[in-house]
Amino acid sequence: MGMTMTQKILSSHAGLPEVEAGQLIEADLDLVLGNDITTPVAISVMDGIDKDQVFDREKIALVMDHFIPNKDIKSAENCKTCRDFARKHDIKNYFDVGRMGIEHALLPESGLVTAGDCVIGADSHTCTYGALGAFSTGVGSTDMAAGMASGKAWFKVPSAIKFVLKNKPSKWVSGKDVILHIIGLIGVDGALYKSMEFCGDGAKALSMDDRFTIANMAIEAGGKNGIFPVDEKALAYLNSHGAKKGAIFEPDPDAAYDEVYEIDLSQLEPVVAFPHLPSNTKRVSEITDRITIDQAVIGSCTNGRISDLRVAAQVLKGKKVANGVRCIVIPATQKIYLEAMKEGLLEDFIEAGAIVSTPTCGPCLGGYMGILASGERCVSTTNRNFVGRMGAKDSEIYLASPAVAAASAVAGFITAP
Amino acid sequence: MEARGKVFKYGDNVDTDVIIPARYLAIQEKKELAAHAMEDIDKDFVNRVSPGDIMVAGKNFGCGSSREHAPLVIKEAGISCVIAETFARIFFRNAINIGLPILECPDAAKEIEAGDQVSVNFDTGEIINETKGKSYRGQPFPEFMQRIISSGGLVGYVNGRKDR
Repeated sequence: MGMTMTQKILSSHAGLPEVEAGQLIEADLDLVLGNDITTPVAISVMDGIDKDQVFDREKIALVMDHFIPNKDIKSAENCKTCRDFARKHDIKNYFDVGRMGIEHALLPESGLVTAGDCVIGADSHTCTYGALGAFSTGVGSTDMAAGMASGKAWFKVPSAIKFVLKNKPSKWVSGKDVILHIIGLIGVDGALYKSMEFCGDGAKALSMDDRFTIANMAIEAGGKNGIFPVDEKALAYLNSHGAKKGAIFEPDPDAAYDEVYEIDLSQLEPVVAFPHLPSNTKRVSEITDRITIDQAVIGSCTNGRISDLRVAAQVLKGKKVANGVRCIVIPATQKIYLEAMKEGLLEDFIEAGAIVSTPTCGPCLGGYMGILASGERCVSTTNRNFVGRMGAKDSEIYLASPAVAAASAVAGFITAP
Repeated sequence: MEARGKVFKYGDNVDTDVIIPARYLAIQEKKELAAHAMEDIDKDFVNRVSPGDIMVAGKNFGCGSSREHAPLVIKEAGISCVIAETFARIFFRNAINIGLPILECPDAAKEIEAGDQVSVNFDTGEIINETKGKSYRGQPFPEFMQRIISSGGLVGYVNGRKDR
């Protein structure tokens, strides 16, 4: 029987001619990732492993991004633990203040992931690299530790759901609207344990940044990974970011899919996910109540890339953030920050009354840099709107695209440009 | 191996942000971390839980972030087993890797109620609701995962096969 894209990548990394859904395999890893929250736990797990060395100092990436610049003493101690570990093992890809960015924007930008790779990361949004035609998935700290020691991980080969994307989205509709629409359609466990494979002329029409956003939120539908075919745009991205030559895998024509969805991108409208689940979606045009907001966050591994900032600046330029609204813009990496500065976007944000922060995951997971008080409401380009995610347990998060977040910041209530 | 205790019951999509909110993730000490387990959906949980108690929930338990702190605080709080209709995939891996027993059993997850006295036999997958006098058969682990569990988690498993 034919294999899906994901199954082909897994079979090649397990050294098997073919694999099938449900099979348990052990695969070789091209990269093992951790951040400042998950790595300290992995380091203490590594102390229990009878192996003093990491499997390959060049195939481990440690990115300090969640609570840094250190928000308190405990987070400073955690980063110090990571820094000492990186120094001890001479980890090549260790990213700290000044060199860092949010991991899932930073790794592709740094050319550390290429097509056909098999990557695990102790961060649930590791699935982002599917945009580059890689198999990448989130794991916990123990898996990360075992991966750092052995260069291998066990997987249950997933079945897949195919999403055939057609046509082009209209002007203010982005990758975020596409993925929120899909999560609304299939639910937060609609792709549980499965791959989400995106294809069709609509997939090709999407920018790389839109593809990163879509693959990034596969986990929000319960997916093991999200993956796109490698086309000219993906190859151009890999080349221009210095990634090594990858391997291109295409699904077999007779690959089996549990379900197939056809989505006409030209029919989509801006979508917002209401509290407290990413699947609780509504089209902005369907919202009848005036949902006033206290804060707008534009950033994160989902939507902190340069094209996201360009869209937000386009909406905010020459306007003012509404009275009583705090608008927080967070470029995802130092490079994006610099690019936004050179393009004059930072000026547009600051003139509009928004603030611009150094790259950090910060408010997305309620770390710092924009925590919500009880009863407050935030429209956010981040990826989760669970109870208490951004602060007080009775605060509310509405997930949206950068265009909707920026337009809402100006209006003072949830709206689209 | 067996677990026996009273049940704490939760609904669908219990996410890792409510199991252990990110505001506590800088804490490394397990006991200190576990003092905040479940507090955003059940602030009395940590005061009412006794060693051996059992957690029962609906679909997609443990969805959201990859934080291993989530199964760790549940285990540290004294829970001996989590039964759910389904588990989110990263939580599933993490629970096995750290040695928190979990069982998927939709019927048991639907019918068992808060406060019921339940026992679980991990070898047979049998779940008995002693309060209601009803038994269920949970999904047993595949052999591969049983090997990880019998090695005391992934660390023991990796150590056991280091010469390969």
